[in-house]
Amino acid sequence: MKAVTICVNGERISRSVDDRLSLADFLREHCLLTGTHIGCEHGVCGACTLMMNGQPVRSCITLAAAADGRDVRTVEGYEGDALMQAIRKAFNLRHALQCGFCTPGMLATAYDILSRIPDLDRERIRSELAGNLCRCTGYLSIITAIEDVHAQGIARKGSSA
Amino acid sequence: MKPAQFGYLRPDTLAEAIGLLKECPQDARVMAGGQSLGPMLNLRLVQPRHVIDISRLGELCDSSMSGDTLAIGACITHAQIEDGKITDVTRGLLAQVAKGIAYRAVRNRGTVGGSLAHADPAADWLTTMIALDASLELAGANGRSRVKVAKFVTGAMETTIEAAELLTCVLVPRLSTSARWGYAKYARKPGDFAESMAIAVVDPDRASSRVVLGRRSEPPALMQASSQVLAGKPTEPLTEKLGAAIELDLSSVRADQADWTMHRAIVLRAIRTLR
Repeated sequence: MKAVTICVNGERISRSVDDRLSLADFLREHCLLTGTHIGCEHGVCGACTLMMNGQPVRSCITLAAAADGRDVRTVEGYEGDALMQAIRKAFNLRHALQCGFCTPGMLATAYDILSRIPDLDRERIRSELAGNLCRCTGYLSIITAIEDVHAQGIARKGSSA
Repeated sequence: MKPAQFGYLRPDTLAEAIGLLKECPQDARVMAGGQSLGPMLNLRLVQPRHVIDISRLGELCDSSMSGDTLAIGACITHAQIEDGKITDVTRGLLAQVAKGIAYRAVRNRGTVGGSLAHADPAADWLTTMIALDASLELAGANGRSRVKVAKFVTGAMETTIEAAELLTCVLVPRLSTSARWGYAKYARKPGDFAESMAIAVVDPDRASSRVVLGRRSEPPALMQASSQVLAGKPTEPLTEKLGAAIELDLSSVRADQADWTMHRAIVLRAIRTLR
């Protein structure tokens, strides 16, 4: 067992965890934050993507022990965040989710794309989204939603996790 | 799946890390970003008794210039290279390659040293570093040593690294201002491992010209004949002579007809994009 302290959505959480526990399982089972979804569990599907120290990472192949001392922001942690609000609204308007399984990862990736890349276009959004799989939407609506938020020009100042 | 049980160790110093490796060399695995080892653990393809996390060793997280050589710390991430956080000694080649590795969430954690030590033949850095004639610094209980990347890799996921050694940095020689490079990669989708990739680096002022082909099953192949032709005529790369040289080089590359055609196209594309 390892003692870890991880700042989750602004709250410092200290637990003793199994050495092999993933960050995703830490959040789901120890913090009861089930918004982080586990899909493939080997870093391919992108469903578990969340922010660690302000950067998107795969939480299924990040160990909880390796996240000790880090700031983690999950899909539950964006209250009052203007950029995330705009992304969610656009996802809603554009029907950018159906079953919702990939959505937490899509939102984290969209947040990163919009806050990191100033000269976004449709092609760039497509290639940046290549690491997040969605089996429902066909991606077009997701790409369009991100394009919409980019056009609104509110992106560049999202507060990082 | 969940990984089998292991003990997680995070040493505070390089010496401590090497000490740990020396104590349990056979059943420990070194983890940097964990973007290859993580999936392998989860799929139980590897079941080490210890995982030694080196990602916070300060010495491995920095890069520095020494003369005309850039030393890139083993734990520098692909994203840091993509974002130009290290000195650009390759006229943009490293950043271009970094951008094409996997996905941003993977690039944020995956490291250049981890990728090279893992030595998956389809990974981008092996091919790139061999084309740049880069070396590696290894640290072990008996001190430090250097080895060319081309000599370091002995097979698919096979290297000369000893069980109690750590890869500490990648040494990349600075290209001269007249150097040109070309890069081509074919993968089924953006971010996937390359089915075929090629990098050409032509640097007449350093009398160096290297064309390297990377592919899935075997370590990168230095295309000797093609490299020589490019060294001779850097301004007119697409001569008949070059076509013959590529075919000669590929004759020693094991591949079926379809792959052979793909490799030829990718090598040609890399050379066509020399800039």
